[in-house]
Amino acid sequence: MQSETKARVDQITSSAGHPVSVVRFEGDIASTSKDAVLGTFQTLPRESANKVLLDFSKVDYINSSGIALVIQLLIEASNAGQKVCAFGLSPHFTKVFTMVGIPKYASLFPSQGEALAAL
Amino acid sequence: MSDFKSATVEVRLPSRMGFEKVAMSSAASVAKLMGFREDRVEDLKTAVAEACINAIEHGNRLNEKLSVGVVLSTGEDSLEVKVIDDGKGMHTHPEKPDIDRKMHGEDPPRGMGMFLIQALVDEAEWVAGHDGKSSYVRLVIRLDKGSE
Repeated sequence: MQSETKARVDQITSSAGHPVSVVRFEGDIASTSKDAVLGTFQTLPRESANKVLLDFSKVDYINSSGIALVIQLLIEASNAGQKVCAFGLSPHFTKVFTMVGIPKYASLFPSQGEALAAL
Repeated sequence: MSDFKSATVEVRLPSRMGFEKVAMSSAASVAKLMGFREDRVEDLKTAVAEACINAIEHGNRLNEKLSVGVVLSTGEDSLEVKVIDDGKGMHTHPEKPDIDRKMHGEDPPRGMGMFLIQALVDEAEWVAGHDGKSSYVRLVIRLDKGSE
């Protein structure tokens, strides 16, 4: 019933020349998305995983279980000293993420360009 | 839809994760017919989805022999949604999640559904069934006539 969560990783370079991993999600993010969210994050190559962008531009539905997975990802990133930003959330889910406090640990941006500039 | 007076739509869901999206779509369709703004429809969708997830997971404990009832009742300027399950009902007051406690492992990452429900609609109340069954959450979202 839920749309399967897909995730793929792109390696890009910031304008300052730093390697950046971009995790691009697609589909729903819910309780069944653990492998796509945490599993994909855990496979990021160490040399380029210091700066991470999460791309939600192709995600239509995120529920509270999905938000909890994003928080678990942020806990792992924090423990590993990684900086995470997110972009592409709809205005509604930007509001929801803000209501639960996520921007304190991962800044939210409308576009990849704006997120990349902030890293 | 200015002549929209009262109407009732009922949906019955199996207690299986994912079917909350059926209720979410039904609520969104009714809200759009009533003339709710798009941002309020999005608020309602999330609130209804979270209420159904709680009913499926905590109320009916994922027992697929039990169903979740969703009753959408329209008024002249508001939409009421009741999500009914066979659980004993929620007795805790939803608290705002503490992201610092979650990040430091002092609170579990989950447990935000009731907070989101209460924060996104105009009224939310959790009612325990008299016989320990047929508990429900009642949500109300109002048309904001000032900015329509």
